[in-house]
Order: sequence, then structure tokens, then C-alpha cells
Amino acid sequence: MSQGLRRLAPQLVTLAAVVALVSAFFPGFLAVEIADGRLVGSAVDVLKRGAPVALLAVGMTLVIATRGIDLSVGAVMAICGAASAWAVSNGLGLGAALALGLGAGLLCGLWNGVLVALFGIQPIVATLILMVAGRGVAQMITEGRILTFSHEGLAFFGAGDVVGVPTPILIWIVTGVAVGLLVRRTALGLLIEAIGINRPASALAGVNARVLLIAVYVASGLCAAIAGIVVAADIRGADANNAGLWLELDAILAVVIGGTSLLGGRFSVAASILGALVIQTIDTGILLAGFPSEFNLVIKAGLVVIILVLQSPRLGPGLPGFGLRAPRAAGVARTEKATE
Amino acid sequence: MTSRLLPLYATIAIFLAAYLVCYLQFPAMLSTRVLGNLLTDNAYLGIVAVGMTVVILSGGIDLSVGSVIAFAGVFIAVLLRDTGLHPLAVFALLLATTTAFGAAMGGLIHGLAMPPFIVTLAGMFLARGAAYMLTIDSVPIDHDFYDMLRSYQRLPGGGRLTVIGATMLLSVLAGMILAHRTRFGTAVLALGGGAPTARLMGVSIGRTTVLIYAFSGFMAGLSGIVFSIYTGSGYPLATVGTELTAIAAVVIGGTLLTGGSGYVFGTLIGVLTMGLIQTYIVFDGSLSSWWTKIVIGMLLLLFILLQKGLLMLGHGRGAVSAT
Repeated sequence: MSQGLRRLAPQLVTLAAVVALVSAFFPGFLAVEIADGRLVGSAVDVLKRGAPVALLAVGMTLVIATRGIDLSVGAVMAICGAASAWAVSNGLGLGAALALGLGAGLLCGLWNGVLVALFGIQPIVATLILMVAGRGVAQMITEGRILTFSHEGLAFFGAGDVVGVPTPILIWIVTGVAVGLLVRRTALGLLIEAIGINRPASALAGVNARVLLIAVYVASGLCAAIAGIVVAADIRGADANNAGLWLELDAILAVVIGGTSLLGGRFSVAASILGALVIQTIDTGILLAGFPSEFNLVIKAGLVVIILVLQSPRLGPGLPGFGLRAPRAAGVARTEKATE
Repeated sequence: MTSRLLPLYATIAIFLAAYLVCYLQFPAMLSTRVLGNLLTDNAYLGIVAVGMTVVILSGGIDLSVGSVIAFAGVFIAVLLRDTGLHPLAVFALLLATTTAFGAAMGGLIHGLAMPPFIVTLAGMFLARGAAYMLTIDSVPIDHDFYDMLRSYQRLPGGGRLTVIGATMLLSVLAGMILAHRTRFGTAVLALGGGAPTARLMGVSIGRTTVLIYAFSGFMAGLSGIVFSIYTGSGYPLATVGTELTAIAAVVIGGTLLTGGSGYVFGTLIGVLTMGLIQTYIVFDGSLSSWWTKIVIGMLLLLFILLQKGLLMLGHGRGAVSAT
């Protein structure tokens, strides 16, 4: 357990530092109170608004651990949100809406996984296809409109609460814990890391890389589907153009802040979720601290650069879990070059 | 060598075939008017895609270019509104800024040994944020010099070759010479082939990396100038996602995203193919705009599978299991 804590230490310190920074500008940041039987407060808001990126980061961590990357998650969110909204607005029940949304995510993940694992296409290109085409598919489902619905059952997943705790928070905690247990209480996590470190070697050692690769992209697609349903439920509508827009970049950033190398190998789901919370705290904090929203991106970029410099293999203090080594392109395999 | 050229030939063949299909359905498509507009409408994309090609040839990626274009537009508009500077002086200032910005990213990539993906992602936030800080409104550009830049040369058949369309063609030409006929281009390709090999061959990795991203920054700045001429305004929310369109154009143009192989000319064809799809949808009139995205996605898939097949054929053995 202490080992796990040591792994999470840099992320916990970063989160604490960001929270302290925000609290300095906005003293009531951590105050939580109960109003109308539910928890309210800025910190609760961070946990709730951070749900989509936290969910995406869970799936993205697994994909990046295999030395891949999934650029399509934002578009998959839009597709799945649109599918669920379409189901309820056409009178299908809640069960059908969830099944359609999650099924769409599963199919998208399967598509990415097959392109990467069976056709051997580099992940960044394979998922770029769905990233470009996915929004078109989502627009096709919503017929170019913002598909609104008034279904309390579905809205519960985005705007409801269970004994005072907003549902999105519970959803990402449950997903994160479930995936974390699945990969760490079984050998799955180890096998995923083996693929990321050296795929041919892992194949020689008897790891079925194809099935596992497809599985991690399906996992990423499912996480994106859950995130898409949460976002659509929150605004009670599916916006094919804007749902999950650029969230793939935030999710990748969360994984990198979480100390998982873009070159594959050792990963930590918990650290990635902490990374997602760091990003959301920065986003919310900048607004709370009273900076004009124009400054949001510049401050975010500045903080990202600071975190990157601290994590740099050349300059950084060599904290555990910060294993980014070679200066090469993200997730770009170079095997093909050797044959030219 | 032929297997390197095959993707380029395939790109050109698909473009010509697509144009033929369009022509058979709408004979008016084969006029200098449509061709001229194709160049004008895609000028900013073509210019930024040339920079992107060089970055991708080196095995890197530059996610910041869309934001840099928006920043450029706002920078020009605000400076022309608030100061008495001549547009040419503003252009020079802007290009110096974006080139330095690119060089700084290249320096970070090399100095920190960080993946280009993450460093240019931070650059994307920074450039977009800088554009917001200048203004959050759409600022019109009203200057006599700009009216002159919007002039055009009549082509036979009534088409218009605009200044910005010609700028794009010249940029592609410059990019072709730079990438395929200079020592720098050789260094870029060597770097794309693998950093350790390039170092053994005597390529200065740090210097080349900085120059590559500086070039991409310069092209993004130039693209921003062209975009400001095209729209006649500067808007901080403009060209969101252009970096991905540019990457898609480069891939459709037959350049390998792993780096080390590809042609700048292919990128021009990639840009024109994507423009052609949009023109076709406009001509058809009944197709919804989302079909553009779906067709471009399918084209991407087609080209990637084609390249994969060609690589397999070229080496006469099974697919190299990438990743």
C-alpha cells in the first residue's frame, strides 16, 4: 500500500499545490455544505465537472499503456450521447437508451481495436479516422440538430444525485475502482504493460497481444460511451458538434500528468484520474479566482509546461512514475522504418 | 524507390478519378472558375499543410497550427486597428513571432526530450489563449492594402487566380524544394527515419528539430495572413481543429505518419481532394454537410490501408506488426 502511495505522490502533491493555489485566490474553495439534501460547493463542482475527463482518462490510460493513443474518444462521446438521446426521444425505454449508447461505444472501440491489432495501423492514424468521421456519424444520428429530451431516468445520470452525492461523481469513482481492480487484482495489467514495453517479446512470452489490444480499445470506447451519456444527460440533449469536443486532448494530458509514459509500459489508473482532477481544478480555479476567462488557456498552458518540465527525463528530479524517455513522437511506432 | 512513389501516384490517381466522377455528373466542375475557387478556398489549409508535411516527415506532429492561424488573424486585425503600422510591417512582426514560437516549441521538444504531441498541445492552448487575450470579438480588417491583396488575375474561362491562391501554389513549390532538394530536407528525412541513425550520419538533431518547428510556425503565420485576407477579419475562435484537417490532408497526400517518407506535392493533392469533396457537396445541394466528414474519414481509411498494402507488397513479406 505504501508503494502505491509513493507512486501517487507526485500527482497528490501536484493536486494539493493546485488546490492550495486556488484556495489562496478563492478562500472558500474547499468549503462543502448541504443544500436541499445534496452536497454543494466548489470542490464538489470540480469532482462533478471532472467526470467526463476522468472517465476518458481511465480508458486512455490502458490504451497508452500499450503504446497506443485514442484520438477518437471525443467523437465517440458525441456518437454515444446522440444514440442514447435518439433512443429516449423515440420513446424507447431507459434500458434501450443505455444499451444503444454503450453498444455504440463498444462498436467504436472494436473498430479502433481491429484497425490497430489486426491491420497493424499506427494507433494515432487508426483513431484519427474515427475522430474525423465520428462527428459526421453523430450529426447523422441527430440530423444536424441538438437533440433534446425530457426523460428523468436518463437525466438522472448527469444531473441526479444519490444520498446527496451527484451521480457523475459516483459513476467515475465506480468505473475507476472497477477498472483499477480488474487490471491490478488480475494479471491483465501486467500483460498490458508487457505489450507496451515490447510487443514482439510479449508475444514470445505467450501474451495474446491481438485480443488484449482490441480489449483495451473496447474499454476506451466504453469509457467514452459512459462519458458521452453523462454529458448528454447533464444538458438533457445531444450536441453532435460540441459534446466531448477536444476532450481527447484533456484526457491524454490527464494521463501524462498521471505519469504514464506515452511510450507505453507502466501505468496507473488512479494517477490518471488524479491528473484529470488537476486539470479540472485548474479550469474551475481560474474562473473562481476571478481571472477573466480569456486568461484560462494561457494559464493552463503555463501550468502544463511547468508540470512537463518537472517530469522531463533530462531536467526533472527523477520522481517515480515519470518515465518519459526518448524524444520521439507520441505513440508513433517506428518498426516500419526498419524495413525501408 | 518505386514503393516510395506509389502512394503519391495513388493519391494523384484518386484525385483525377474523383474529379472525373464529379465532371460526369456536373460538367461545370471542369471550369477554371471551380479550379480557381478550389485554390482560393483551400489556400490557408494548403499553406499550413506544407509546414505540417515537413514536421510529419521528421516523425513529429504539430498540434498548435490551428490556434496559431487564429492568433495571427487577431494579431493582424488588432494591430491594424490600434496602430498606424503598414500591413507589411505587421506581417513581418507576425511572422517573426510565430517563427520564434515554433522554434521555442522545437527547443522544448529537444531540450526536455518530451513527445512533440504534448509540447505542441501546450502550444495550442497558449496560442489560442494569446488570441483570446488580444480580443474576444471578431475584429474586421479595413485597409486599402487589403483590397489590393484581394485582387485576382482573370483566367481563360472566367476563373480567378487570386493572390492567396497563388501564394499557396508558391508555398507548395518552396516546400517541395526545401524538403527534397536541400541539406535541411535530407536532415529532416533522416530524422524521420530514426534519430539514432540520423545522429550517426552527422545530422545535428537539436538544430534540425528547432528549425522544423520554426518552419511550421512560419507557415502557420503565413497561413494566418492568408486566412485574414480570405475572411477580412480576425476572430479568436476561428480555425479550431485545422491542425487535424491538415494532418488528414498530409496522410491522404501519401506521407507516412511515422515519418521518413512522403512528398510535399502529395499534400497539395490531399488538400485539393478534400476541397473537391466539399465542392461536390455544394454542387449536389441535397447532401448534408456531415457527409464531408464521413467521406474524408473513409478516404483516410482507404489511403492508410493502401499504404499498408503497398508496404507489404514492396517488401514481399507479411505485414510488419506495428506498435
